Amino acid sequence: MKNFRDSEHLLRFAFLFAMVLALFLIVRHFVVPKSFGEYGHYRGAAIGETAARPIHFAGQSACATCHTDIAATKQAGMHAGVHCEACHGPLAKHAADPASVQPPKLDTAVLCVRCHAASAAKPKNFPQVAAAEHSGGLVCETCHHPHSPAIQSEGAK
Amino acid sequence: MGGVEGYMYPNEINLYWSVLIVVYPYVTGLVAGAFILASLVRIFNVKEVAPTYRLALLTALAFLIVAPLPLLLHLGHPERCFEMYFTPHDTSAMAMFGYVYIWYLMAVLLFEIWLDFRHDIILTARSSKGLKRAFYVLLSLGSNNTSEHSLAVDERAGWIVTLIGIPSAFLLHGYVGFIFGSIKANPWWSSPLMPVVFIFSAMVSGIALVLLVYMFTTRARHREIDMPCVDTIARYLLYIFIIDFVMEMLDLVHRIYVADESFRSINFMVHTKLYFSQIVLQIYIGTLVPLILLGIVQVTRLSPSLRKAIYALSAALIEIAVVSMRWNVVIGGQLFSKSFLGYTTYKIGLITHEGLFMAVFLTLLPLAFLWVLVKILPPWPELKRGMNRVASVTMP
Ligand code: HEC
Ligand code: HEC
Ligand code: HEC
Ligand code: HEC
Repeated sequence: MKNFRDSEHLLRFAFLFAMVLALFLIVRHFVVPKSFGEYGHYRGAAIGETAARPIHFAGQSACATCHTDIAATKQAGMHAGVHCEACHGPLAKHAADPASVQPPKLDTAVLCVRCHAASAAKPKNFPQVAAAEHSGGLVCETCHHPHSPAIQSEGAK
Repeated sequence: MGGVEGYMYPNEINLYWSVLIVVYPYVTGLVAGAFILASLVRIFNVKEVAPTYRLALLTALAFLIVAPLPLLLHLGHPERCFEMYFTPHDTSAMAMFGYVYIWYLMAVLLFEIWLDFRHDIILTARSSKGLKRAFYVLLSLGSNNTSEHSLAVDERAGWIVTLIGIPSAFLLHGYVGFIFGSIKANPWWSSPLMPVVFIFSAMVSGIALVLLVYMFTTRARHREIDMPCVDTIARYLLYIFIIDFVMEMLDLVHRIYVADESFRSINFMVHTKLYFSQIVLQIYIGTLVPLILLGIVQVTRLSPSLRKAIYALSAALIEIAVVSMRWNVVIGGQLFSKSFLGYTTYKIGLITHEGLFMAVFLTLLPLAFLWVLVKILPPWPELKRGMNRVASVTMP
């Protein structure tokens, strides 16, 4: 008994330690989302929430059902691999109801350099230009047709 | 692009790990080092060092409290740090470290300090009134037993805690080296010697710091500096510093000898951008000078006042060496391109949240904490009321 009385204070510290641990577990219980770890190291419910979000992109094949001509032009040119909405932005609403939802106008001075600005980090064979020098201050559209950008005919300049 | 020479990948141009990531391993290193000094007394029975025992523990605590701050300030979302505790990823060394930190704080440092000061806390509580009394009763966790046997229990438990504490301190700081050492994409960091070098430099910096703090506080309190004590600390400092230096040189020689594809790049850096911080500050001024000074003390008989001056100077230089070592590792590792074709420049901010002022502030902040801790729990050797573990210290 005497032994216990003299080491009882160690239990006090152990109790403090246990309290901190208990507090941690209680807080953890409340702040960690219920579905955490359901499938992996993330919140399982996130999948459902993401799936429930509205769709913003219609997809190129949807555009092509109405804009047949442009789709064909593009398909024949150098931008064949670049999908409509990569430039025009998400247009699911427009595709669903073209009469009331007008796509915003694009500014080629900003749009084209997003992909074509020269950078040493891009693959060598990707077409890239130092925009300011190359365009001489004109917007890209003056010389390049966005849907078929390669310049073939002499009249293009 | 400003500050870039040659070819950098786009993601290498700006440094992500700023000066705060330099402060962080420095501060944690001081914790580990101070604790190792304390363990010299407890475990290795180096009696001469006893006057610094409690001071070393409080120093370790003050720096440990500040240690996470540079990391938190570096984060874009510091409030998310708790997620590391709540939902740790078991493959992440950083996540595991959160627990090492808490373990070290709660189970080792706080417990050991509490055990060592319990007697004093109870005596202070008994001799004071009102709020102060309530505060000390709270600190004592309500324990009020000062019998010989209970103090012996403290002593025994403290010994065990220190025994567990030594590997914990190594883990705490070895981890920092481990993180750097295991970044295999970066040849400047990726080295299994990294944790070892970090631990030894940590011990050196922590011991030097406690030496400085001890000499300064003793001076400030108009007491005599205990010469056998500082002599012994300086001797251990020298030994450990030699090991540290040898380890770092081993790393260097190994790099030079292996001379892998990164060597040209690293070699160039050490001779240009890192020349001042690595060669001049870290090796010449911060390492060779104190090694020679401390070595001279060992082989000659100098007067106490000269020895004290040498110790203070050496300890200060050693701190410079360790800070520059952290700088060279953290910043140096981000200055060159993985393509080995280019170099960037680190532009340190002044009053930004990751700037120079913040770094200096965070390095000095622990001293403010230490000041408070010392007010609450005076660690001075002449006040040690409990069992007189220290034979050489007599009561005033
Ligand atoms: C259901 C048919 C339909 C679909 C699908 C459709 N559009 Fe349209 N789109 C139209 C019609 C009709 C107009 C003309 C509206 C007007 O002029 O008021 C138009 C106009 C546009 C315009 C603006 C033309 C201008 O003159 O300013 C753009 C750009 C456009 N569509 C892009 C797209 C893209 C990209 C898609 C695929 C995501 C798409 N459209 C899908 C029918 C469709
Ligand atoms: C490389 C970027 C790019 C791609 C890819 C692209 N467009 Fe365009 N598109 C433009 C630009 C730039 C304009 C002219 C500015 C404007 O009208 O907003 C334009 C104009 C249009 C217009 C109205 C003017 C016109 O020429 O009739 C329609 C409709 C259109 N695009 C539909 C499409 C469709 C459908 C696709 C996919 C088959 C597509 N675009 C792919 C950049 C692009
Ligand atoms: C989403 C990225 C993207 C955008 C935006 C974009 N392009 Fe392109 N562009 C490409 C890709 C991909 C190619 C095909 C490269 C290839 O096949 O090598 C290409 C090819 C070209 C080419 C042909 C180069 C050649 O070798 O002949 C020209 C010219 C061009 N784009 C101009 C433009 C112009 C002008 C705009 C703005 C209206 C623009 N691009 C916008 C991605 C883009
Ligand atoms: C004044 C007319 C003009 C303007 C404006 C212009 N371009 Fe061009 N661009 C050309 C001509 C002509 C070529 C073909 C030159 C060649 O093949 O060497 C060309 C070629 C290109 C190429 C292909 C380069 C290659 O290496 O294959 C790209 C990409 C390009 N332009 C992008 C742009 C972008 C982006 C803009 C807007 C910032 C722009 N251009 C504005 C005339 C123009």
